[in-house]
Amino acid sequence: MNPQQTPPQRPELEVKLADTAVIGDVERPLTLYERVAGNDAAQRLTILVALIVVWEIYARWLNNSLLFPTFSETVRTFGKDIANGVLIDRTFTSLRTLAIGYAFGLAFAAVFTTMAVASGTGTRILSTLTAMFNPLPAIALLPLALIWFGLGTPSLVFVIIHSVLWAVALNTLSGFRSVPETLRMSGRNVGLTGARYVGLILIPAAFPSILAGLKIGWAFAWRTLVAAELVFGVSARSGGIGWYIFEARNDLDTATVFSGLLTVILIGLVVESVIFRAIETRTVNLWGMQR
Amino acid sequence: MTSALLAAKGVTLQYKTPRHLVTATYRVDFSVHQGDRYVILGPSGCGKSTLLKAVGGFMPPAEGSIRIREREITSPGPDRMMVFQEFEQLMPWKTAYQNVIFPMKVTRKFASNEAAERAEAAIAKVGLTEFRDIYPHMLSGGMKMRVAIARAMALEPDILLMDEPFAALDALTRRTMQQELLSLWDQLRFTVLFVTHSIEEAIIIGSRILLLSPHPGRVRAELDAGGLDHTSIGTPEFGTLSQRIHALLFDNGQGARA
Repeated sequence: MNPQQTPPQRPELEVKLADTAVIGDVERPLTLYERVAGNDAAQRLTILVALIVVWEIYARWLNNSLLFPTFSETVRTFGKDIANGVLIDRTFTSLRTLAIGYAFGLAFAAVFTTMAVASGTGTRILSTLTAMFNPLPAIALLPLALIWFGLGTPSLVFVIIHSVLWAVALNTLSGFRSVPETLRMSGRNVGLTGARYVGLILIPAAFPSILAGLKIGWAFAWRTLVAAELVFGVSARSGGIGWYIFEARNDLDTATVFSGLLTVILIGLVVESVIFRAIETRTVNLWGMQR
Repeated sequence: MTSALLAAKGVTLQYKTPRHLVTATYRVDFSVHQGDRYVILGPSGCGKSTLLKAVGGFMPPAEGSIRIREREITSPGPDRMMVFQEFEQLMPWKTAYQNVIFPMKVTRKFASNEAAERAEAAIAKVGLTEFRDIYPHMLSGGMKMRVAIARAMALEPDILLMDEPFAALDALTRRTMQQELLSLWDQLRFTVLFVTHSIEEAIIIGSRILLLSPHPGRVRAELDAGGLDHTSIGTPEFGTLSQRIHALLFDNGQGARA
């Protein structure tokens, strides 16, 4: 054992606080480079540009526009079809079908979740149905939908509802379940019950999960729609974006196929990083419920 | 003031866990009068928080009755505003100000311009005017607690129920909050039912202290503690009362398990 276990006696100390002006940079604006480097949008844009450059170089080197058209050729076709209205028309048809399907899907999800919140039996019904149907690819239901509803929008709407409903219902329910008990109690404390309790407490409190469900549901729906339209090829006189791609493939017009795919991607990007992003920054990020 | 504001008679509270039926309190009697700072004190496991939940209307008693203004308590209501121990009692999607005004809007107890005035005043009283438009996630624990207290008081409930509201705060903030609560009480003379496991806090906050012994919670004593606050810490009276409470709670061979 060390005999010097007790620490040495030291003088006490009292210091006058230093003047902060000496420190200099307590707060200063960021430089342009620092802001760009920390900017999500700028970085994403850089990645996109890099991808486009790689695409252009590879396609030029390959030099086979039937297999792999260049970016510039794709953009030219894209511009041409936008200008003559074909692509806009096709996109509009797709988006309209999507909106109908998405809206119905959300409405059904709301019904199921309300049922599940209201009673234990409802919860069991929803979790059983979700377990059964969620893994079932919507496209696998398309043959059945064609028998039931025939060729056309109703069949498409049916498969879109299927792809939206379970994802949204599942996420909303798990969101409701994870609302902290204290928050529930402080809602009931002021006398909230029934629909007002759900609307004013549960839905905002579960909003991060609900939003995640909406995003997944949107991605499923969009994917399903384009795929279903490809299968549909046959009759559609006012077909959607999937039909546009299918038609171009039949004509071996690969640049147009690419421009169709580009449209699908662009719409996906806009919805994801403009619409949903805007909702996120105004809600869950602002509230500190999600980083 | 002849009859009590809040009267609990023979209250037995039981709740079920997946495996057991737990009796939290057994035949507890107490009554709170207008203007009381009534503290329920006991070691963990004495059912004090459960008792407060029952007063809040979140849990029906298995036996006995709890009445407020002669009326049986059956469900939660804004006449008994609760302040919880946890910080997540504030709604993260509302600013401090919106949180304070929310109960007044929902209950429609006040006209909307009056509610706005009351919310401003309540926030000013707890010293958060600068932070009124800040969302809860940007506030410190003590600030969140002050918002919760402002929210409860702005509604002017018959009784304020506080479930160890300062337990999750650091010691310095807790001391400040206790002082603030007392000075608010000096101004407004509200009625508060306060649950704690700290003897010191009970003596500082309380004008009347109910001692519960654990497993299950039963009334051990009801003591007077008016006139003792922070300034009396270290005085003989404070020490004597503290000793007495300690003896009542722990020296009968029951407290050791807590």
